[in-house]
Amino acid sequence: MDLNVWILSLITWMPFVGALLIMFTARHRPRAVRLIAAVATGISLLLSLVAYARFDGDVDAARFQFYQKVALVPPLGISYEVGADGIGLVLVLLTAIIIFAGVFASWTVETRSQEFYALLLVLVTGVFGVFVSLDLFVFFLFYELAVLPMYLLIGIWGSSAQIRPRGLFGWAMRETGVGSKEYAAMKLTLYLLLGSAFILVGILALYMAAGGASFSFLEMEGVAFDPVLQRWVFLLFYVGFGILAGIWPLHTWSPDGHASAPTAVSMLHAGVLMKLGAYGVVRLGMGLLPEGTHDWVPLVGTIATINIVYGALSAMAQTDLKYVIAYSSVSHMGIVLLGAATLTEAGLNGSVFQMFAHGIMTGLFFALVGLVYEKAHSREIFRMGGFGRMMPGIATAFTIGGLSSLGLPATAGFVAEFLTFLGAWRSAHSWWLFPAVAGTFLTAIYVLRVVKQIFWGAVPAGGEFHDLPDARGPEWVALVLLIFVIVLFGVAPGIALGPIDTATVPLLARLGALP
Amino acid sequence: MNDAGTLALAALGLPLCAFVLLAVVAPLRRAGKAAGALGIAAIGGALVAALVLWRSGQGVELAWSWLPAEGGPMATVGILVDPVAAVMLVLVALVSFLVQLYSLGYLEHETGPALGRYYAYHSLFAVSMIGLVLAGNFLQMFIFWELVGLCSYLLIGFWYDKPEAARAAVKAFWTTKVGDLGFIIGIVLLWGRAGTFTFSELFKMAGDGTLAPDGLGLVMFLIYLGAVGKSAQFPLHVWLPDAMEGPTPVSALIHAATMVAAGVYLVTRAYPLFLLTPDVLALIGWVGAFTALLAAVLGLVQADIKRVLAYSTVSQLGYMMAALGAGALGAGFFHLLTHGLFKALLFLGAGAVIHAVGTNDVWRMGRLGGAMPQTAIVFLVGTLALAGIWPLAGFFSKDAVLAGVWEGGLTVPFLMLALTVFLTAFYMFRVVFLVFFGAGRAEGHPHDPPVSMSLPLWTLAGLTVGVGGYFALRGGGQEGHGPGWIPWVSSALAVAGIVCAWVTYQKQAVSAETLARIFAPLYTAAQRKFWLDDFYGAVYRGGFLALSRLVGWVDRYLVDGLVNWASAWTLRVGDRLRRIQTGRAQDYLYGVAFGLLLVIVWSYWP
Amino acid sequence: MGLQPYLLLAACLFAIGLFGVLTRRNAIGILLGIELMLNAVNVNLVAFARYAADPAGLIFALFTISITVAEVALGLAIVILIFRVRRTVEADRLDLLKG
Repeated sequence: MDLNVWILSLITWMPFVGALLIMFTARHRPRAVRLIAAVATGISLLLSLVAYARFDGDVDAARFQFYQKVALVPPLGISYEVGADGIGLVLVLLTAIIIFAGVFASWTVETRSQEFYALLLVLVTGVFGVFVSLDLFVFFLFYELAVLPMYLLIGIWGSSAQIRPRGLFGWAMRETGVGSKEYAAMKLTLYLLLGSAFILVGILALYMAAGGASFSFLEMEGVAFDPVLQRWVFLLFYVGFGILAGIWPLHTWSPDGHASAPTAVSMLHAGVLMKLGAYGVVRLGMGLLPEGTHDWVPLVGTIATINIVYGALSAMAQTDLKYVIAYSSVSHMGIVLLGAATLTEAGLNGSVFQMFAHGIMTGLFFALVGLVYEKAHSREIFRMGGFGRMMPGIATAFTIGGLSSLGLPATAGFVAEFLTFLGAWRSAHSWWLFPAVAGTFLTAIYVLRVVKQIFWGAVPAGGEFHDLPDARGPEWVALVLLIFVIVLFGVAPGIALGPIDTATVPLLARLGALP
Repeated sequence: MNDAGTLALAALGLPLCAFVLLAVVAPLRRAGKAAGALGIAAIGGALVAALVLWRSGQGVELAWSWLPAEGGPMATVGILVDPVAAVMLVLVALVSFLVQLYSLGYLEHETGPALGRYYAYHSLFAVSMIGLVLAGNFLQMFIFWELVGLCSYLLIGFWYDKPEAARAAVKAFWTTKVGDLGFIIGIVLLWGRAGTFTFSELFKMAGDGTLAPDGLGLVMFLIYLGAVGKSAQFPLHVWLPDAMEGPTPVSALIHAATMVAAGVYLVTRAYPLFLLTPDVLALIGWVGAFTALLAAVLGLVQADIKRVLAYSTVSQLGYMMAALGAGALGAGFFHLLTHGLFKALLFLGAGAVIHAVGTNDVWRMGRLGGAMPQTAIVFLVGTLALAGIWPLAGFFSKDAVLAGVWEGGLTVPFLMLALTVFLTAFYMFRVVFLVFFGAGRAEGHPHDPPVSMSLPLWTLAGLTVGVGGYFALRGGGQEGHGPGWIPWVSSALAVAGIVCAWVTYQKQAVSAETLARIFAPLYTAAQRKFWLDDFYGAVYRGGFLALSRLVGWVDRYLVDGLVNWASAWTLRVGDRLRRIQTGRAQDYLYGVAFGLLLVIVWSYWP
Repeated sequence: MGLQPYLLLAACLFAIGLFGVLTRRNAIGILLGIELMLNAVNVNLVAFARYAADPAGLIFALFTISITVAEVALGLAIVILIFRVRRTVEADRLDLLKG
């Protein structure tokens, strides 16, 4: 068995195997459940590191490496076809890191832990599958596999927030039950399924237009689609994937969903699933539809700048810690899409790097919020205070995450944002630079405000928060891993930028956007 | 890689190793004193490397790829050693070393973990500041620029459970970040024009005219904004006085000698580019002089000894900037170096006083000269240097600045600076008379500090005298080429300031209250810090927080409200439609019959 | 005599049956109405069979009659069961299908 051929399949299906093992062998044995989950995701992580090391960074080498193809339904041209270029490789690594950390961060899930971990692992298989699939049909299957378990994960293991609906549509919010976990689960699922509908239509349109013989991405890449079709299909992909990437104004599922979801699910969802959306826009939208891309890029970039500023301001207005982090994701996903919309090497590299960087830091954030909530039983920022003395480790980790989020150098966030700035200025719409930079300042305001409120100052009187413990054994695994990655990629961004560049340059060349 | 490169990397690497060890090895950090010893040893090694590098006079430029891209790296990291960097490196390493040594005594009552954390931050600061000094391109400079800002934030907030410290730390970060926004936009714009971040390439382009000067003014102004924030120039100076909430050694190192001088260093570094934009340089000169005067006025009314020193730092940074703006590059940088020495001395001296009496308030001190003679002497040396009295270091650098500004043709700024000379002497000697002479108001039994604290004090005092003596013997400062009357005027102004302070606070021939009444409007304005802090507070609350609340409301109740509205209407319409399902078979049959009728009518329609 | 009178008769029968089904409140009455409608169909079948001289229609009619019997038997059985459970055979009250 040639490892180079099988490695992506192994990475993808290992969590699925883990899920099966958990369901069939670990009933009523919570320790075994966690162990299997940790081992399965650990193997995926190791293998993705191996793939990373084996990746041929030569630009002229085959773009999609570790290629494997098995025909599934030959008459319709459906096959199981996987391969990874630099972008996919980095995102596979991101997924592996986040899920491995996520397993440790949710070590303390008590209720129905068997089903919880099984669903989580199934979901991860879907995510891996999306990043490695080169067949659009299978891509879509994996995509749905990644989206659907979320409904159960939030609906069963989630937590509800208290929101008192007021204002113009207050009655509507009361009727739909805003704030409850069931509401959040339903909203998220409906939104994402709406997006899937757009995507499916787009995929089928391309399939038919290409002659109806093959769903293969590589074959479709060779087809020059009609410009009018390109324009419409790009819009379908942008809206469809954009919903998952949290584009304004279709982002409101994300704060509710992320705030209600249990820790590991928030980590995975904000950290990785939102990247699925951005990845879809880049891979399918920009990769297959060069002329459609040029038509819509002004809109994509402008909405991305709205995302950045609007998300940051919304985050500043929140009083619930999880909502702050969730809105910060909306803001940071704006950087991702902005970088892609610049159609420059720096910008696109920054975009992919931000997918990675934001995935890690938001994973760290949600892990920490989960820990704080578990120990203090509160998410209300302005009721907490002075936790730094009681939980110095969590405070430190939170500060590092926050610093990466506001784009402090020597963290991964800076590299991504800086590259995006460069790209924005070199793009056809250089004014994009200014809202993007303003976003980092707003981020500095809300992140440091939260850090100061929760961890600094004095503990509020009343004895409510008395002797809170710091993070413990398995939780440290998650925190240390994520912090290490944030700093490593911030100090030596070349590790990721090398592979990314081998994928973005051909993409931009196809778009005719290279000088 | 040659010797200079190795030495520079050693200077950078030793504190880095210390930081990594302290950050990763928790038991070492929690040990406190051991952590301190490690930090001091590392910075001591860096100091030796820096000294050797400086004496060797070698220059070197090294670069490694940092952001790879198609066709060569987009950005590099590396090391640039030239005479400016070498001497700055010595200053940074020296003050860092002395301050870390001093802190061991100053913070003796801290717990082990807190002390370990303190030294970890200090090591990180040393790495960042040395990296900033050695940076060979704008991007790397910005990276370390932000990191020193981070260290400043962390160290101001060292006593993080003190609400004022927490507020001051955040305020410092935000205010400098405003300037940094300009800095980073400037870097991006400059890259957009030149396609490189590297100083040497940019200077070459500036030299042979390939860098188009039109529009460059905006770029350089934006880059200068970074310096405005970091070097506490008007109108972003508001954070520095508040930053005094941090431990006093931190104020000495970061908020007096090194980090705040980074802005001056930046302008010095990028001087060939600033030369292309004379308007921006003039602006730098004017803002610098105005900052100097404004801060001096504010310094007059402070009761907190550290705040007096903080405003004097702002004021002296204004001097440096004014000199740079007037074209006197050497004078500005010279003042940076001497100021780094004597201001660190003053802060550490103030720290010794605070350590002894347990308060910052000058009105609760007095007659400490007898109880702590060593501190009094070194503090007096620092004060005389700051006031610009011959033959101390400050005299020569201040004269060079004044001469440079006069020669640069900035007459009004020159007058402002001259007035500031008088004010500086006045407010500094006000502190000296109130603290070390006058009536004894101090509580407890103040005494001179232990040797780990007094050694740095004497070293700095010796250097202040020594540097001054060196120039006195050589007969003049580096750029003492101005008109001959300038030293006399400035000395006269300084002496006048001292005499006024003596009359007011020692002899009490003129009461301070009377002075306050005479200058009532100015006094009130200075007490209110010219309403700048209030203005920023209003912008923060009324601008950012209000806007964010508005956006938050819009998001929750309009954008998301619309979603929920659609969802609720779907539910409602469904609820209405549900009523069609009466459950009675006959009602359904009506539907069937009606449908049948429709089909028949439709199929027989003409 | 042509085909038309038979068809008219069948249409009348069907309409009367439908009217009964729609308006009767008693389940038995509804069943009777259904019988009438089915018989209208039978009349049509027989008339067409005669008209087209094709015995297939007659065979269909025979089938329909037998199925009708079965249907009535089943329908009555259901009505009796409903009566046992709900103590009524009023169609208005039988709204278990209500949404």
